[in-house]
Amino acid sequence: MNDHKNIKVDSSRRKFLRNASVLVSFASVPISFSLAGCELEAQDSIARELLQKELNIWVHLKEDDTVTISNPTSEMGQGSMTALALLIAEEMDLDWSKVNIINSPAVPDLFGVGWNGRGSKSMITVGSRTVRSYYTMLRQVGAQSRYALLKSTANEWSVPFDQLRTHNGFISHPDSGKSISYGQSLAFFDDGIKMPDFDENSLKQPKHFKLIGKINTRVDVPEKSDGSAIYSIDIDLPSMVYGVITRSPVNGSKPKLMNKQELEGMPGIIKVEMLDHGVALIGQTVQDVLNAKGSIEIEWSSAPADEHSSGEAFMSYVKQADQSEVINNMISEDGPVEEAFRNATQVLKADYFNEYVYHAQMEPLNAVANVKDNTAEIWLGTQAPGNARSAIANHLGLKEDEVKVHRTYLGGGFGRRSRHDYAIEAIELSKRIKKPVKLLWTREDDLQYGMYRPLCMQRMSAAINDQGQVVGWKHVIYGTGGGLLGSGARVEFYDFPSHAIGVNNIDHGIRTKHWRAVGHGPNKFAIEAFLDEVAEKTGKDPLEIRLELMKNHPRAKAVLQKAAEMGRWGDPRPDGVGVGLAFAERSDSLAACVCEISLTEDSEIRVRKVWAALDGGVIVHPDNTIAQMEGGIIMGMSSVLKEKVTIKDGKIQQSNFHDYELLRIDEAPEVLEVALIDSTEHPTGIGESGVPIIGGAIANAFANLTGKRLRHMPFTSDRIKEALG
Amino acid sequence: MEKMILKVNGKSHEVEAAPSDTLLWVIREKLKLTGTKYSCGKAICGSCTVHLDGTPVRSCVAPVASATNKEITTIEGLSESGLHPVQKAWIEEQVAQCGYCQSGQIMQAVALLNKNSNPSREEIVGYMKGNLCRCGAYMRIIKAIEKASELG
Ligand code: FES
Ligand code: FES
Repeated sequence: MNDHKNIKVDSSRRKFLRNASVLVSFASVPISFSLAGCELEAQDSIARELLQKELNIWVHLKEDDTVTISNPTSEMGQGSMTALALLIAEEMDLDWSKVNIINSPAVPDLFGVGWNGRGSKSMITVGSRTVRSYYTMLRQVGAQSRYALLKSTANEWSVPFDQLRTHNGFISHPDSGKSISYGQSLAFFDDGIKMPDFDENSLKQPKHFKLIGKINTRVDVPEKSDGSAIYSIDIDLPSMVYGVITRSPVNGSKPKLMNKQELEGMPGIIKVEMLDHGVALIGQTVQDVLNAKGSIEIEWSSAPADEHSSGEAFMSYVKQADQSEVINNMISEDGPVEEAFRNATQVLKADYFNEYVYHAQMEPLNAVANVKDNTAEIWLGTQAPGNARSAIANHLGLKEDEVKVHRTYLGGGFGRRSRHDYAIEAIELSKRIKKPVKLLWTREDDLQYGMYRPLCMQRMSAAINDQGQVVGWKHVIYGTGGGLLGSGARVEFYDFPSHAIGVNNIDHGIRTKHWRAVGHGPNKFAIEAFLDEVAEKTGKDPLEIRLELMKNHPRAKAVLQKAAEMGRWGDPRPDGVGVGLAFAERSDSLAACVCEISLTEDSEIRVRKVWAALDGGVIVHPDNTIAQMEGGIIMGMSSVLKEKVTIKDGKIQQSNFHDYELLRIDEAPEVLEVALIDSTEHPTGIGESGVPIIGGAIANAFANLTGKRLRHMPFTSDRIKEALG
Repeated sequence: MEKMILKVNGKSHEVEAAPSDTLLWVIREKLKLTGTKYSCGKAICGSCTVHLDGTPVRSCVAPVASATNKEITTIEGLSESGLHPVQKAWIEEQVAQCGYCQSGQIMQAVALLNKNSNPSREEIVGYMKGNLCRCGAYMRIIKAIEKASELG
């Protein structure tokens, strides 16, 4: 395994790779092929075998026609490992039933991509960026791979290249009736072939797709249905020990351990280690470290976040907004907004409130690390393997190629796993104890040392003229979370004559982080609910006011109209049923939904039916797209109806799923229909598109049902009772 | 520490554990059956569900001593091929997203269908509500159970 020099990298293959400008443009990559070879070799034996196979770093074809495609993305349930392989397979005309997928090594220079295919390469799975970013590049890889096979065959058969056809993994020459499978053609494969460039126009047009938009199964589903899918928590290494950490209850506080000796004497405990932000226990089994964790006694230093309580923060936001209209960080400003407000016939104002929200991915954070003198390995469920590798190398003073990141499935990510604090912890413990360590975060650790979707308030204002039209729109966000706060605040599809949109960040010293669509959840809730308030004030129908504002945006209009049609907007509803709608864009996809709600006797909202429409450009994997919309809407409902982390004197007040409740299956809608708009446009992000539409739609349905407004998420029964008076 | 015999998926295993150790960690670490998952550790989420004599149990709060003399079934033991009718339905309906909750979901669903081969939607959600799915695959879990019930 360590003897990578045995791997033969012959010069003709190098030439093929160098010629393949998209496959690997080595000229511009500071990594030599032989180094890439080391990476592949060192990852595992399958990779070593693959390295010796044709055709290139992305596609490994065998004589028996099986094809293994490298997957650069982090599979956390969003399905893009299947979608990316489909891109290559489509352009290569592969037999999909012969395709296997393996995780590529964590080498962004080779396997990464820039945002939307442009700029510096990274292997980070965030912001619903994967399919749209790799869409052109991986189809080019497929086209070049196919070209190389065809060209070799044309030479071998002495026939003109353009007389050859490909279909389902076969090359044929109709004139002579000859045919050969891709795998068999390896016998005369010439890897010195010079590649032409394949620009977008020379790739297949959507109407010719045979796999894109047609395959409706995901490759990872079977192993996720029989318990064999491997997550980092499942990794077992010889002589591995277990670690847990008790971390600062208030962000930034430092530990003073009071009972080190006692802990060291507990059964199975090997070592007690002090960290800056906590105390680590290392032991023989999980049970040993969990038992000891229950007895740990720590005195914590004070920290700036001691001062922070989330309930009080809301009151301070209102006060600040009342005192001054200054916007510190303008996100978007257009037209004479101040004048619009000065001259308005009516000014409408409302504040919307959003609590901290926790990721709650079902697999708590964990990592398995093995640090030796000059190398480190880690088994990690990570959204950012390249960054994790750099951070680990940096932490240990190693070179990047001395760090191996083994990428496992992620039991959910939602933004939390694009940070690598947990990876560094595991590495540090392994380094100190000189053994492989599995670091486990308990659910309580995961919740209480979380990084939350920001606490925030949206102050919304509309200036309305004497015709009942909105002539000025203001949206100011007060909260803690810096750049996270503003996402989704722009109104790109509603053409107000003037607007001012911005953020006033107040740092409470709390860890905040992206959370599936991040600011889009709170901001689209505020925008869509407030727009309904404006509609009500001006005597307009919620659908009509939006269509009017969207009149220059035909794609957005079509999505909203589709959802309205599915949800029979305008039809009367039975007694006790309220109906609402909302629209939102996220990661350049456009989505809208109509929902029906009712209230239980305990004043809880039940979302009965949801009809949603999505325009995500070319849909690579339709069934998975629908699954993502379903999942996004249900996770969105969970955050809208139930979820809140509250902080008092810097401390998180929730600890597990009994007091941080998630939506359960008996609260799922009876009907959840998703329509996908037909499109030949470049794909856009879909993994998060379901989340931002549901908050506004539920709030609007509640107003439709009761005549009262809900402006504070989550819509718990207390708040509903309060709203109903 | 005591030696005890656990009968898991039809095979007997001798393990050394304290009687109060949780079944979950014994299954995962000592028997290396990692399909059963840890998520909350407090019987709130259902990820760790296994069967004891056919009854679904949250292994994260079950002391290992409570499982001796019982038939323990984990996701790995549901069928030889991984194609128990419930698993087949799970694949046909493409239920899994991140997949982490799914062993527990499937074990709970199998127990439901063993008791009630033709459950109504209300019975399904009533029986499954102890199993959380953060990815929000609930619509498909319901459909898959309905399908498995048809497949028999
Ligand atoms: S881990 Fe056992 S119920 Fe959650
Ligand atoms: S599939 Fe991810 S938690 Fe259920």
